[in-house]
Amino acid sequence: MTSLKLTKYNIGRAFIYLILLFFAFLYLAPLYVMFTTSLKDIEEIRSGNLMALPIDPTFYAWKKAWSSACTGSECNGLAPYFWNSVRIVVPAVIISTIVGAFNGYVLAKWKFKGSEFLFGALLFGCFIPFQVILLPMAKLLGMLGLANTVTGLVLVHVIYGVAFTTLFFRNYYVGIPTELVRAAKLDGAGFFAIFRHVFIPLSAPIFVVTIIWQFTQIWNDFLFGVVYSGSGTQPITVALNNLVNTSVGGKEYNVDMAAAIIAALPTLAVYVIAGKYFVRGLTAGAVKG
Amino acid sequence: MLNFLEKNLPKIVLAPTTIVMVVCMYGFIVWTGLLSLTKSRMMPQWDFVGLDQYRRLFANPRWDVAVDNLFVFLILFIIIALVLGLFLAIFLDQKIRAEGAIRTIYLYPMAISFIVTGTAWKWILNPGLGIEKLMNDWGFVGFEFRWLVEQDMAIYTIVIAAVWQSSGFVMALFLAGLRGVDENLTKAAKIDGASTVQLYWHVVLPLMRPVFFSAIVILTHIAIKSFDLVQALTGGGPGYASDLPANFMYTFTFNRAQIGLGASSAMIMLFGVLAILIPYLYSELREKNHD
Repeated sequence: MTSLKLTKYNIGRAFIYLILLFFAFLYLAPLYVMFTTSLKDIEEIRSGNLMALPIDPTFYAWKKAWSSACTGSECNGLAPYFWNSVRIVVPAVIISTIVGAFNGYVLAKWKFKGSEFLFGALLFGCFIPFQVILLPMAKLLGMLGLANTVTGLVLVHVIYGVAFTTLFFRNYYVGIPTELVRAAKLDGAGFFAIFRHVFIPLSAPIFVVTIIWQFTQIWNDFLFGVVYSGSGTQPITVALNNLVNTSVGGKEYNVDMAAAIIAALPTLAVYVIAGKYFVRGLTAGAVKG
Repeated sequence: MLNFLEKNLPKIVLAPTTIVMVVCMYGFIVWTGLLSLTKSRMMPQWDFVGLDQYRRLFANPRWDVAVDNLFVFLILFIIIALVLGLFLAIFLDQKIRAEGAIRTIYLYPMAISFIVTGTAWKWILNPGLGIEKLMNDWGFVGFEFRWLVEQDMAIYTIVIAAVWQSSGFVMALFLAGLRGVDENLTKAAKIDGASTVQLYWHVVLPLMRPVFFSAIVILTHIAIKSFDLVQALTGGGPGYASDLPANFMYTFTFNRAQIGLGASSAMIMLFGVLAILIPYLYSELREKNHD
């Protein structure tokens, strides 16, 4: 009797594992296809199929994607645009995170009349479809002389990222007991001293979450990149899209795939290294925002 | 003076953000709203023509296609992602070995940009060399899969890629929800003789209501903003058969020099988001007040 029950139980378990593995396969398949395609030459791509392993792996496509593929009229590969993205992401993430930390600190622990309203109004910024600000922002960047520049893109990402970073820090700091603030005040500590000596030491996790969130958002951005960049200042997503849509001398799917992986690598790496924080950011930003 | 500064420090710290927010969010929305009432084409100009641009917009067959596409995309994307996410979460919640690894695999597409996703799926769905060839090689001779270049089917390729990218995230939301279910409740149901299916259907699912709610809002938000995925996967084509409103707005504003029309389409997108957002925020706030 027990053994029969056990078998039924086992079949159920096996079924669950089978389903889970099947879907794991489905989610992984595109990555597998991208990677194997990037290692094939164009002959093999035409004669073989998506799932076939490369017979004679070559890094030709990777070299070309990185340094000589055409992205429109330029043929310098993705490398310059990769560094553009780095030059956009690093300052934008740092500035928006710092501003968000201060904002969150005030909104959580130094509430004043109207601060809740301000927070609500800012929260709204997490939701607006950016199409509605594209044109006036282009105008403003033009007036500031920042049209088609990396600095302009940094500015845009900071402005529309601060809503999220503020939300993250505010929600995190709300959970820190207000007694700590009161005690520090009795000890004669002021606004900045309390922030520096009480809050910053407690903030490591939320800094990680925020930085990862911002990094992913900005690295993966396409809309701002395509609207506010000019030739030479495009971020990697825009360059990748141009590369795929430029077909000088025939379509090279292997180069497309190598380029796509190069564009995805930094955020994938962050996800693999710090997945826990990535998920926490997603759920916090999503559920509360 | 110093005292004043000291007392108002919190406000001073918030001031830059507040100013930027008022100008770059609300000011810009008003600006775009006003622009949508003018006959601006190449450059913004301020000849007001009332709701003319909106009339032109609604009379534009291309906008019609974009809006229809959005509804098809929204409904399929949300339903498939929800069902898939929920089932995967329930299966993963059965004390699975290597749960962490499987979760990581389900969720990694969320770290990738829509441009990369679009590029990858454009190749996988390639008529001739993609899935079609694979199936033929595997013995399904005559298998055809050309959705990418078919007028009526192109929008479904967007659904496929978007579900691949976002369903793992829905799974994560549900999994977090399931982990929050009180164990005593499920134990009690089991003692009462409920089967696993009954347990989930009558006890657990009703508790997931808020998760459903947030997942739908987030997915809707992703769908309305889906601009890059279309751009990379189909380019809106064939023709404009797979355009979404965001692509319409971009094309008419930046490629066709129809700024007024583009602004009106942006405003309609905003109203669309508000129509979902306001009831959501309202219910959230009401819940909080009840706590």
